[in-house]
Amino acid sequence: MFSAGAESLLHQAREIQDEELKKFCSRISKLLQAEDLGPDTLDSLQRLFLIISATKYNRRLEKTCVDLLQATLGMAACPEQLQVLCAAILREMSPSDSLSLVWDHTQNSRQLSLVASVLLAQGDRNEEVSAVGQGVLRALESRQPEGPSLRYLLPIMAKVVVLSPGTLQEDQATLLSKRLVDWLRYASLQQGLPHSSSFFSTPRARQPGPITEVDGAVATDFFTVLSTGHRFTEDQWLNVQAFSMLRAWLLHSGPEGLGILDTDDRSEQEGSTLSVISATSSSAGRLLPPRERLREVAFEYCQRLIEQSNRRALRKGDSDLQKACLVEAVLVLDVLCRQDPSFLYRSLSCLKTLHGRVRGDPASVRVLLPLARFFLSHGEAAAVDSEAVYQHLFTRIPLEQFHSPMLAFEFVQFCRDNLHLFGGHLGTLRLSFPNLFKFLAWNSPPLTSEFVALLPALVDAGTALEMLHALLDLPCLTAVLDLQLRSLPASSERPLWDTSLRAPSCLEAFRDPKFQGLFQYLLRPKASGATERLVPLYQLLQPMAGCARVAQCAEAVPTLLQTFFSAVTQVADGALINQLALLLLGRSDSLYPAPGYAARVHSVLSSQFLALCTLKPSLVVELARDLLEFLGSVNGLRSRASLVTSVVWAVGEYLSVAYDRRCTVEQINKFFEALEALLFEVTQCRPSAALPRCPPKVVTALMTTLTKLASRSQDLIPRASLLLSKMRTLTQSPATSSMHSKEGAEAICTRATELLTLLKMPSVAQFVLTPSTEVCSPRYHRDVNTALPLALRTVSRLVEREAGLLPG
Amino acid sequence: MLLFSVQPHQPLDTLPDTASTHPGAMVHAFLIHTLRAPNTEDTGLCRVLYSCVFGAEKSPDDPRPHGAERDRLLRKEQILAVARQVESMCRLQQQASGRPPMDLQPQSSDEQVPLHEAPRGAFRLAAENPFQEPRTVVWLGVFSLGFALVLDAHENLLLAEGTLRLLARLLLDHLRLLAPGTNLLLRADRIEGILTRFLPHGQLLFLNDQFVQGLEKELSAAWPR
Repeated sequence: MFSAGAESLLHQAREIQDEELKKFCSRISKLLQAEDLGPDTLDSLQRLFLIISATKYNRRLEKTCVDLLQATLGMAACPEQLQVLCAAILREMSPSDSLSLVWDHTQNSRQLSLVASVLLAQGDRNEEVSAVGQGVLRALESRQPEGPSLRYLLPIMAKVVVLSPGTLQEDQATLLSKRLVDWLRYASLQQGLPHSSSFFSTPRARQPGPITEVDGAVATDFFTVLSTGHRFTEDQWLNVQAFSMLRAWLLHSGPEGLGILDTDDRSEQEGSTLSVISATSSSAGRLLPPRERLREVAFEYCQRLIEQSNRRALRKGDSDLQKACLVEAVLVLDVLCRQDPSFLYRSLSCLKTLHGRVRGDPASVRVLLPLARFFLSHGEAAAVDSEAVYQHLFTRIPLEQFHSPMLAFEFVQFCRDNLHLFGGHLGTLRLSFPNLFKFLAWNSPPLTSEFVALLPALVDAGTALEMLHALLDLPCLTAVLDLQLRSLPASSERPLWDTSLRAPSCLEAFRDPKFQGLFQYLLRPKASGATERLVPLYQLLQPMAGCARVAQCAEAVPTLLQTFFSAVTQVADGALINQLALLLLGRSDSLYPAPGYAARVHSVLSSQFLALCTLKPSLVVELARDLLEFLGSVNGLRSRASLVTSVVWAVGEYLSVAYDRRCTVEQINKFFEALEALLFEVTQCRPSAALPRCPPKVVTALMTTLTKLASRSQDLIPRASLLLSKMRTLTQSPATSSMHSKEGAEAICTRATELLTLLKMPSVAQFVLTPSTEVCSPRYHRDVNTALPLALRTVSRLVEREAGLLPG
Repeated sequence: MLLFSVQPHQPLDTLPDTASTHPGAMVHAFLIHTLRAPNTEDTGLCRVLYSCVFGAEKSPDDPRPHGAERDRLLRKEQILAVARQVESMCRLQQQASGRPPMDLQPQSSDEQVPLHEAPRGAFRLAAENPFQEPRTVVWLGVFSLGFALVLDAHENLLLAEGTLRLLARLLLDHLRLLAPGTNLLLRADRIEGILTRFLPHGQLLFLNDQFVQGLEKELSAAWPR
């Protein structure tokens, strides 16, 4: 356990001074020079490792010390403890310019493996990766039994290929493919011999037994990673390693991996799948060129794994491994079919059977994702209707497994990475968003960024409104999912939920038939096309609004809303934009009461409302009635101040014939009245402890918009002027000084004065407050003879003069 | 990097086929770090107690002096960035599931740790943040220790999860990490011994139970407990 003692050790290691370190190193050097490989050296090297690894800054070691560490690593008699430490120290120092380590094939393979780990950590500054790769290849080429054990070297090859894909020549790649075929297909079927047979052991006991399957039966076919025994031979170890690196190697050595085209004419093969099958049946297999032969063997191996996974494993570990093997087998088959379509026909039937087998088994749920990917990639080519695969995947799995963090991540990653494969099935994916949102609602911290990437692809004009509702209700969904888990019968696999939270009333409500409809609506697996008002649920579930999972989800929603809007505005037509604007206003006062949620959502909604207006200015005229209604019903203004400000500003900006010819004087007058009443309401109402103060921004926005409207319907000017001078007086009276801060009152007063001045010259006011769209063109600002700079100068002179006359 | 940032409304058929272009499927790094107790005003920082990078990402061509030092600094920062993210993911998950902070202390050192129930998860790291390539992190929280594997983006997650559980179990057993007063800081050799066998050069291995036992025997012979 990490304790205070460990913390102080870490500090000591970091703070050790260069002088001390120098002394310490010379002590180590002495020990190593004397080839003292005892406990003192071990202890010192452990400390040295800590000193070097504990800091991100470079530690300088004497050259002698570094050289000795390298020499000790290469010493045949050195115990493993010391060797791994020497390698670890050198690795932790890397990249380092003082390294002189080279690949020396006389060393044993364990040492070579450690040397490789140091060399591969250098960042390939001096082509170390390729040098290591060539070293391993030389070992592969020499088939002498006394050569270095390849078991320790094969993983290096895998890493080399990943780090530096172009490092192998064609003939070297062929060699590796050949060796992989041998290990994968022809590992012995007898168990390994005990390392040392004692004097007393009878010859009978030394007789190795046959390899068995995971269920204990004697193996019926070739050795795989799912074959088991008490001891393993070298080639069985290599079988495990070969399969472990198989997929990476196939990808690398495939047609696109090496940049070498296959000599066979692929297009011909693709045309006639059936004729190829007979040509590649296993009897002819041995005659194939090495790369094709490897694919053939890989195919057989995967088929055997799928068959072996059907056996009932005696050990828990083996049962877990069966699942991982199934995933890998499907992934490998996918690679094979992409590289050589002739495998497609042979894989399909087996994978269809596999799907039938695992779809009913909750323990194998993770296998469904690679399977679905396979059908996505190849379903069309193979003319298989795989809709049922996706239907099952998107309908059942999120519903039942949303609480598994690993599955949730993998599921969403699957959707995100394979968007380009969905094609005709994109509709299925898009309609499933309510189900996908369950993963998000339950696991928001790791999945928010995933959904930011995925959401744009899910947004569709047809479901946009429903999706916006669903996003706003996400924290409520979290609460309901929690209730759903609680109300399930206790299962063996305990999902993680907050047991400290007790909300009996919520659970009762969840079971109450009266609310079943609403709960079922929220838990629907697919977009339904309808929307339900969930307000009753918000009240019922209020006791859960404060729990941590709901709070985490509530924090994610604003980001997701931003993503949603930036995507939806790309596909929305005018009618949808109107509907979105209405929805946004309507939902602003009906949100799940998670702490702080409303404020964060309002701030996004208000900026998005303005964005919608910019996109389609005529929405103000088209939705005039609804906006009036909204402005007339803002008794909860203070919690929605930001949204109200945006609406007020938008009215001032866009309620004008310049944006929509349908705008009438009557409309302007109506808005003027509504806003006048609103201004009156917010300024007259007495401040109280329960209500926060009305932000001065709302007041100034209201005044400005009223002035703008007056400038467009000049009969209103006297009323507006009166109102503004009232406001000016009001802010200066001591009675209302408690309403606004000093700065706030000043801002209001200044704005009122400016607007009053403007209104004295109606034509200038109209020009300034409703500039024509031409103001956007640069000429309008650069050319001093055009009207705008001139007008602005006039106006500012006027305003300054008036302001100078003001008392105080 | 286009690979993992799906632009809104890019025509879907032009998206790159991520799987066919991915560089490989291996583990990039393994790390052990501290997990501070949630819900407490804990002092101290998230500490990386051990880390191993399997084959470094190619160093940038940097002609300035001290390029190697900067490179090393960057790698250390990358690992710390992963540790911090794991810690916060773990804390958020613990908070969400209402686990009391005392869960961070084992009841007794002899107790079998139920690793199947330990907090765990996965998340993605975008390209250039902090690694050049996009990566996936799989993590497991055991009391006050976090264990994490940094994977290439398309590694077999189920196998990675199993391997991480196996590594955590081996480390707990062979280093007696839960016994009071044990310290993994000065036992890097054992950790290295475990990793070279069970995760050689970052290669996830398909090891069945008997292979695991064989390797464990080998380990116990080299490092008697």
